[in-house]
Amino acid sequence: MTDTHRPTSTDTDDAVAAAAVPASTPRVTPPRSTTRTLFTVVLPPIIMGILILGLWYFVSYQMLDERRRFLLRPPHQVLDVGFLDWGNFSDILWALWATTKVAMVGLSISIVLGLTIAVVMSQSKLFERALYPYMVTLQAIPILAIAPLIGFWFGTATTGRLIVCVIISLFPIIVNTLFGLQSAERGMHDLFTLHHANRPTRLFKLQFPAASPAIFAGLRIAAGLSVIGAIVGDFIFGRGEAGIGQALRKYANNLDGEQLLAAVIMSSVLGVTVFLVFGWIQNLAIGKWHGDRS
Amino acid sequence: MSTAAAATATESLSFEQIGMIFPDGTEAIQDVSFSIRKGEFVTVVGPSGCGKSTLLKIASGLLEPTAGRVIVDRDRLGYVFQDATLLPWRTVRGNVELLAELHGIPKAERAQLASDAISLVGLDGFEGHYPKSLSGGMRMRASLARTLTLSPPIFLFDEPFGAVDEITREHLNEETQQLFQREGFAGLFITHSISEAVFMSTRVLVMSSRPGRIIAEFDVPFGYPRSPDLRFDADFARLSGEVSHALRGSH
Repeated sequence: MTDTHRPTSTDTDDAVAAAAVPASTPRVTPPRSTTRTLFTVVLPPIIMGILILGLWYFVSYQMLDERRRFLLRPPHQVLDVGFLDWGNFSDILWALWATTKVAMVGLSISIVLGLTIAVVMSQSKLFERALYPYMVTLQAIPILAIAPLIGFWFGTATTGRLIVCVIISLFPIIVNTLFGLQSAERGMHDLFTLHHANRPTRLFKLQFPAASPAIFAGLRIAAGLSVIGAIVGDFIFGRGEAGIGQALRKYANNLDGEQLLAAVIMSSVLGVTVFLVFGWIQNLAIGKWHGDRS
Repeated sequence: MSTAAAATATESLSFEQIGMIFPDGTEAIQDVSFSIRKGEFVTVVGPSGCGKSTLLKIASGLLEPTAGRVIVDRDRLGYVFQDATLLPWRTVRGNVELLAELHGIPKAERAQLASDAISLVGLDGFEGHYPKSLSGGMRMRASLARTLTLSPPIFLFDEPFGAVDEITREHLNEETQQLFQREGFAGLFITHSISEAVFMSTRVLVMSSRPGRIIAEFDVPFGYPRSPDLRFDADFARLSGEVSHALRGSH
């Protein structure tokens, strides 16, 4: 075989690991052929997309008669009216921007609050025992059930919306951070104990770095939830700077099916973007040493 | 008091009638007494679960014994763990610098100590690598380098080479033995490999199964440096056989 992998200056890492771990399976993957990649990676989602569009057209034109077609407009009309009409699309974008702002502020509050609570819980078993049941309870309350109460106490404008956002996105940050802070191995703790490390040193040099993969996993979940929280709060309260929640309600009331669908699609685009951005930040921050790059 | 002071002058580590009963009632160690003098490399062999590692935890202060006392200078104690216990988010250099960092040694001095230690264990060129890209043997070397930065007068080794393959293990045995000779530290080494014990040490202690007691002691007469071929020497085989006998009687 002439095409065996030869170490070059650019892949010393792989070469070192491969050379130094003789018993493990070789880490060098054979180069995939481009046609194979096309058939196994690129094509399946495209085919699935075409099938979904076909089903959409089928429902619009075959299952719904002319009178009831407003229930599901065919894809090209959604594209024309919702996306290509700049007036309509810019409305959606502005509403989306208002929602993004609330989601990001809400998420920032959740991060600060969540990290603080998790650190407090990690420092004392008593605090952990005292707080944990209430954290779970808070998480278990359906947001729709306490929304009226939130509106009652904090008003239905931006503050109320932020609080919905925080309630919905706080829990995964606390749970993941706490789990992460407690995940450092016993041996590493012993090492720090032997060298008389105090609590802050242990926290910042051992527990936080050890927790960072879990913290980032929590952040990605929380980021997605904060977008949902901002939309739900806006939708329920319907007050303050109009976000995508109010836009959805308006389009539904006016039977603007195309804009409604366009707004729904753009909401999930926002959610996916936030998720991807946090994945990118994670990779930048810990990708070098943490194996999981997904 | 004066006898204790005199003892610490020549002895790096003494166990005096150590007993250890865990809160759940398990008696791990019973009446263990021995000392390690400067320049001695003592190995404790024993069956798994006989309390060998407990002995090291007691020596280092991670555990308080329920009987007896330990005389040792805990501020300058090297502890090499069973796993390499490298911090995965730090490079080799970062890991080797850790202990100096915890002891508040200034940055420039820390870097120098780390460079020296890394050279000593033969990891030059790997300073920037993260643990995940190192083999088991290289991780152990990095772990050893980390301990070397503090140049402790006594090293405690808790079955450090148990997880690496036979060939790497023999290499690490030789290197550790050479380091011990060059740096002149005292060593307390825990293992369940008889050949490792005899090859490395000046003295081998055999521990019984639970509750752990010292049931035999052997002086190893071979001088240093020891060549790998020593393992095939007739005297080596005879001594290993004697240790093995004592160990079998321990069950």
